[in-house]
Amino acid sequence: MAYDKVWVLAEVAEGKPTGSTLELLTKAREIASTVEAWTWGGEAAAVASTLGAYGATKVYDVGDLGGALAGVPVAAAMAAEVQGGNKPDAVISATSYDGRDIAGRLSAKLDVGVLTNVVGLSGDGTSEHAVFGGTTVVKAAFTNDTPHIFLVRPKSFAAEESGGGAPEVTSVTAPDAGATNAAKVIQRHIEERTGPKLDEAAVVVSGGRGLGEAEKFDMVEQLAKLLKGAPGASRAIVDAGWVPYSYQVGQTGKTVKPTVYIACGISGATQHMVGMKGAKNIIAINKDQEAPIFSIADLGIVGDVHKVLPKLLEALQGRA
Amino acid sequence: MNVVVCVKQIPDPASPGRLDPATNTLVREGKLILDDSDAYGVEMALQLVDKAGSGEVTLVSMAPNNEVSGLRTALAMGAHKAILVSDDSLKGADALTTAKVLAGAIGRASADLVLAATESTDGYTGTTPVQIAELLGLPSVTFAKHVEIDGSTVKVNRQTEEGFDEVECPLPAVVTVTAGVVEPRYPSFKGIMAAKGKPVDTLKVGDLGIEAPAVGQQVTDVAAAEERQAGEIVVDEGDAHERIVQFLESLKVI
Repeated sequence: MAYDKVWVLAEVAEGKPTGSTLELLTKAREIASTVEAWTWGGEAAAVASTLGAYGATKVYDVGDLGGALAGVPVAAAMAAEVQGGNKPDAVISATSYDGRDIAGRLSAKLDVGVLTNVVGLSGDGTSEHAVFGGTTVVKAAFTNDTPHIFLVRPKSFAAEESGGGAPEVTSVTAPDAGATNAAKVIQRHIEERTGPKLDEAAVVVSGGRGLGEAEKFDMVEQLAKLLKGAPGASRAIVDAGWVPYSYQVGQTGKTVKPTVYIACGISGATQHMVGMKGAKNIIAINKDQEAPIFSIADLGIVGDVHKVLPKLLEALQGRA
Repeated sequence: MNVVVCVKQIPDPASPGRLDPATNTLVREGKLILDDSDAYGVEMALQLVDKAGSGEVTLVSMAPNNEVSGLRTALAMGAHKAILVSDDSLKGADALTTAKVLAGAIGRASADLVLAATESTDGYTGTTPVQIAELLGLPSVTFAKHVEIDGSTVKVNRQTEEGFDEVECPLPAVVTVTAGVVEPRYPSFKGIMAAKGKPVDTLKVGDLGIEAPAVGQQVTDVAAAEERQAGEIVVDEGDAHERIVQFLESLKVI
C-alpha cells in the first residue's frame, strides 16, 4: 500500500512555519502523491507560500481561534472534513504541545489510533520508533482504518524545498464543539530568550543531577551563552523543579540534534540518551567513570563538574 | 471538590525494559510502581481538595493482574480511594483503548476535575488524557505548570514553545500537569498504614459497559539500532577543560 493523500499539521511560530512542519512536509512528499497542510491562528496568508515551497498543494485554514486552544477546534474541523468524505490516508503532526492535543482529539473523534514518537515513516504505512534509549528500533503499523495518525519526533527528517508553487488556500470553519471548547487563553506570556531555541541550537549544554543543587545550573547557562547555544536539562532536575519542563531533553521532552552536545553531571539514563544521541558530537563531564553517557560520548571527561566547568568558563571567557 | 487522578503503574524505569519476543509488547513482570510523573497530579489533587475544604481524591488506573502496588503508594500519599480496571483482554492496549477504559472508570466517579501527567514514563504517548477528555465531552488544558481553582473555573499556566499561556476553563475539565508543578510529598508511615485499608474497586472491562476494543496497531519488527561508539576518555587532573577547548576548536564551534 502506498499513501495517496497525506495531511500535515502546519504549526506557525513567530509568523513562520516551524522547522518541524517543514521536516514533515518533506517526508510527506516522499510517502504520498498528494500533500496538504492544515493551519490555524490567522496566519495562513503569511505562511502559504512557504508551505507550498515545501510541497503542500493545498492549505486548509481554520483561521483565528478566538482564544481557544488549538486541539478542539482544529480536530473538529478536520473530523468534519473527513466525515464529509474528504479523507486522507494519513495525518502527520510533530510531537508538540498543540500537535498532541489535535492528534489526541482527532483520534477519539474518528475512533482511530495514534502512533506516537515516530522517528521513521515509509509509504507503506510502517513507522519506526526508537525505544530503550535508542538502542532498539521498533517498526509498527496500523491495523485500523485510515486516516492513520502519526505524531513524529522533531528532527527525525531533514527539511528540503520541493520548488512547488503557491498552494490553494481554503478556509474551513470549525464546527461548534460545545463544552469541549471552553478552555480560553486569557493572556500569552513570551519568556525572554537570549540565545537560540533548544531544538534549533548548534550547541546544547545540558545539566543533570550531578550539579548537586539548583543554583549550579547557572554554570550550564553561562557555558551555553558563551558558546551561543541553548541550555537543556535531564529529567531528574526538571522533576526536582530546578528548571521548567521546556528545558527537558529526552524521551519525555525534546529531541535535539546539535553539532555539539555537552552533558554536565548527567549519568545518561536511557530516557535522556534517546533525546540527544543524534548529536553530531557529544562531550560528557561526569565524575562516575561507569556512567552510561561515556559509552556514547566522543569526548568523555571523568571529573567533577564543579571543578571542570569553572575552569572551562574561565578559559572561554578569556578568549571572548 | 472531587478530583480524579489518572495514574499508571509501571515497571521500575531504572531497570532496563524488554519486549516479549512472541507478542512484541512490553514485558511487565514483577512488581509495578507508581509512575513518578503521576505523583505531581496526585499531590496537586490533594492540595486542591484540601484548599476546597471538602471532597475526595479518587485514583483511576488500568493494570494487569490486579496490580495495586502503585495505587497503594498514591493512597499512602493521601488519596481517598481507587478504581482499578484489570482485564486480560487489555493486554497490549493502545492509547485510545486505554482512554476508553479510563473514561469509563472516571464516569463512575463524580469528578469536578480530572488530572493526569502529560505522559507516562513507559509508553510516553502523551495522547491518552486528551482522548479521555474527548470521550467524556470535556474541555482540556495540557502541560500545566501552575494550577488553581477559582470557584467553578480552573486557571492554568500552560507551557508553550515561547513561554506560557494563562488559560481559564470551566469545570469539569481534564488538566495534564508537568513535572515540578508541585512538590510531591513522601508517604508517611501513618499514610502507608492507612492506605492498606482504603477501598480499591477492581473492575473488568465488562463492568464498565464497554466492549474490549480492538487493538488498532501492531509491532511488525524489532531490531537493534546502529550503535554509537565511545570516543576518547580523559580523567581530569586539573586540565581536562583544555581538552574540551581543543575539541570545540577542532569542531570550529569556537
